[in-house]
Amino acid sequence: MAIYLDHNATTPLHEKVLEAMLPYMGGTTGNPSSLHRFGRLQRHAIDQAREQIAALMDAQASQVVFTSGGTEANNLMLKGLCKDSAVQRIAVSEIEHSSLLQPAAVVVDEGCAVDSIAVNPQGQVTPEALIHAIKDDTALVSVMAANNETGALQDIEKLAKEARSRGVWFHTDAAQVAGKMEFSFRQAGVHAMTLSAHKLYGPMGAGALIVDRQLPMHSILQGGSQENGLRAGTENVPAIVGFGMAAELARQEIVQRADHVRVLRDQLEKRLMQFGVVTVFAQQVQRLPNTLQFGVQGFDGETLLMELDRRGFAVSSGSACTSGKSEPSHVLKAMAVPDELATSAIRVSLGRSNTMAEIDLFVEAVQQIIGIQNSAVMMSANL
Amino acid sequence: MNDKTNKPIYLDYSATTPIDERVVTEMIKYMGPEGVFGNPASRSHAYGWTAEKAVEQARQHIADLVGADAREIIFTSGATESDNLAIKGSAHFNKKRGQHIITCKTEHKAVLDSCRQLEREGFEVTYLDPEANGLVDLEKLKAAMRDDTTLVSIMHVNNEIGVIQDIEAIGNACRERKIIFHVDAAQSAGKIPMNLESLPVDLMSFSAHKIYGPKGMGALYVQRKPRVRLEAQMHGGGHERGMRSGTLATHQIVGMGEAFRIANEEMATENERLITLRNRLWDGLKDMEEVYINGDIKQRVAGNLNISFNYVEGESLLMALKDLAISSGSACTSASLEPSYVLRALGRNDELAHSSIRFSMGRYTTNQDIDTTVAHVRTAVEKLRDLSPLWDMYKDGVDISSIEWAAH
Repeated sequence: MAIYLDHNATTPLHEKVLEAMLPYMGGTTGNPSSLHRFGRLQRHAIDQAREQIAALMDAQASQVVFTSGGTEANNLMLKGLCKDSAVQRIAVSEIEHSSLLQPAAVVVDEGCAVDSIAVNPQGQVTPEALIHAIKDDTALVSVMAANNETGALQDIEKLAKEARSRGVWFHTDAAQVAGKMEFSFRQAGVHAMTLSAHKLYGPMGAGALIVDRQLPMHSILQGGSQENGLRAGTENVPAIVGFGMAAELARQEIVQRADHVRVLRDQLEKRLMQFGVVTVFAQQVQRLPNTLQFGVQGFDGETLLMELDRRGFAVSSGSACTSGKSEPSHVLKAMAVPDELATSAIRVSLGRSNTMAEIDLFVEAVQQIIGIQNSAVMMSANL
Repeated sequence: MNDKTNKPIYLDYSATTPIDERVVTEMIKYMGPEGVFGNPASRSHAYGWTAEKAVEQARQHIADLVGADAREIIFTSGATESDNLAIKGSAHFNKKRGQHIITCKTEHKAVLDSCRQLEREGFEVTYLDPEANGLVDLEKLKAAMRDDTTLVSIMHVNNEIGVIQDIEAIGNACRERKIIFHVDAAQSAGKIPMNLESLPVDLMSFSAHKIYGPKGMGALYVQRKPRVRLEAQMHGGGHERGMRSGTLATHQIVGMGEAFRIANEEMATENERLITLRNRLWDGLKDMEEVYINGDIKQRVAGNLNISFNYVEGESLLMALKDLAISSGSACTSASLEPSYVLRALGRNDELAHSSIRFSMGRYTTNQDIDTTVAHVRTAVEKLRDLSPLWDMYKDGVDISSIEWAAH
C-alpha cells in the first residue's frame, strides 16, 4: 500500500481505540435507553466517553452532544440555532468546510441572513474582518480553528473576545485542530465547537458539538430525547467509546504527536522550497504542525496527484469531501491565490506513523515528477 | 457483569441486537492501522478507492435483501435519521403540491416526532387510529386521503407489538392517488422477505443494529423509477447523491452490508426457529389467568410477543424480573413511566397498557432461555398478584372498571 500522507481526510484507527471498541461490538449489547442492566452498561460507557472528550478540549462533559460526525455537528450548530426565531443573522468565514457552508446556505432559505467573513491572503480572519462582518443583529459567528486544506490557524481566543464583547456567540469548527495541538474550549472563550472522531485516530461515524447550554439550540433530528433532547436516535455506542478513547490518547500524546509531525513537515517544506517553483500556502502564519499545502507553478494538480499515486503516495489536493472536482478550492480562492496556482495544489497531511525516510522518498518523487515534466515541456517546445 | 452466570437473559432484540460475530469480523478489516482506513470520498489514492469499493459492495448486499437497485440505497446514521430524511425531506420537497400527511398513532417516535415538527412548520397531519389488533384499516386510510396529501408513512412491523401492516395494499392505495408512500422497515428488514422492485413503496427506512449489524448505521431506500425526490436534511460535501452529506463510516457500512447479507441467507430458517420459540413462550404462559396478547397474532413478526398481565403493574414486573432483559415497550420511551402509546392507540385501557411486557427473541435465544423465562414470569406474576388488592377484588368478582375512585 502507498505511503499515507492524507491524515486530514481521515486517520487510521489507533490500535488502542480498536481495543476499547471491540467489547462493545461483540458480545455485550443493549440499547442505552433501555432500563435493564445491558442498557445501563451502555449508558455508562457513553458517559465515560463524554468525560474523556471534555477533558481533551477542556470543556464540561455536560456540554458534549454526540452526533454522527463533524458534518452533523456543523449542521446542528447552524440549523439547530437558526430554528430559534430570535436568531436572524449569522456570519461565517469564507474558508469553512462544506459541512458548515452548505448548512449556512440552507438557513438563508429559511429566512436567516448569512454574512461572509473575509480572510486575508494568508488565510486568516483578522479581528478587523470579523468586526466588519458583525452587524447589529448578528447572533453568531463561525470561524474554524484550523483550515483543513492549508492548515492555517486562527487566533480564536482573540476573535471570540471581539465577538463576545459585542454580544455575539462564537462557534468554531475544531475538527482539524483537535488532537493535533492543544486547544481549550474554555480558554478560547467560544460558545460552541465541532469535533470529528475519525480525524484524531478515532472511528468514523462519531462526532460532537460541544455547546454552551445558554444557546437556544433545537434538535435537527426528531424521534427521541437522547443527548438532552438535542440529538434523537440510538447512540452509536462503540463509535462513541472509540471517540472517547481517541480523545484520551490524544490528550496523553498531544505534545509528542505535534512535535513528531512538525519536524517532518518543516523538513518537507524546506526541501520543497528549494525547488524554486513551489509555493506554500498560508506560509506566513501559524499552521497545524502536520499540514503542508503547496502549489507547483506550471503544473496541473490532477497530473501531480496521479503521478504521486503512481509512485506510491496517498495525498490529495485539498478536502476529501470535495475531491473529484477540478475547480480551484474555495479556500485558496478566498485567499486570492491565482486559479492557475490554486489548481496545482497538493495537500500533505502527516500523522503519527510517518517517518523522515518517507519524507525523503516523497521529496524525491516530487523532484522526479517536476523534472520529467520540465524536460517534457522543453522537448515539446523544441519540436 | 463479571459473574457470567448472573447475566440476564436477553429478550430485547427489538431494542437492539448484538452484532453477529461474522459481522464483527468483516468490520475489523476496515478498522485499525492494519485495516483499510481511507476516506471513501478520497479520490486521489487507493486508500480511498478501496474504502469506496467496500461501501459499494455493502450497498449491493442491502439492495439484494430488499430487491432494490444499489443506487436506490442512501446511507444514514440510523433509522431515526432515515425517517427524518424521508418524512421531512419529502414533505418539504412537495410543499407546493400539498401540505397534508397521513400516518398512524402507533408509528415509531422518529416518524411521529418528524410529523410533529412538520405541524409546527404549518403542515397538517392525520394520525390514524389502528384497529384493536394494531393493523391499519385500509378503508379508513383511503378516507383520510385528500387532494393535498403528499405523503403516507406507515411502518412495516411495529416495534412494540410486532404486527405486520399490509404495505402492498396501502402502497397501491397511495399509488392510485399519486401519494408518496414511506415505510419504516427498521423492524422488518431481514425478518420478512420483500421485493421493492414490485412493492409499491417509494421510501423505506432501514436500521443496522436491529438486525445484528452495528449501531449508528441505517439506510433509506429512495425509489428511482419513477424517481422520488427529497430535500436533503444533512448538508455538506454532497455525499450520497446530495441526499446525505457526511463522511461515510466505512466499517459501519461494511457491517450493515454483512448483516443484511447474512439475513438474506438465513431469514427463512431463522424465522421458523423463532416461531417455535415464540410458541414455546406463549404455551408456557397462556394458561395463566388474565393474560392477553397485544396485537394480531397471525400478522406478526416471528420474534415478538407482547403480553399484558392484568392486575400486575408493568414496572413492578420488570423490577421483579431482573434476570430478564426485557422492556415494557419501546426503548426510546422506556425512561418514561407513561403507559405505552402504542397499546393506548389499540384501545387497551391504562391498566392493560401498564401491565404489558414485550418479549423479543432473536438469533441467540435458546429453548432453555424460554423455559427459564416462563418459570420466572409465572413466579413473579403470581407473587405480585398476591400482593395486589385489585387482584383480590377481581377474584372476589368485583368489576374493577365500575369502581369510582376517590379524588385525591
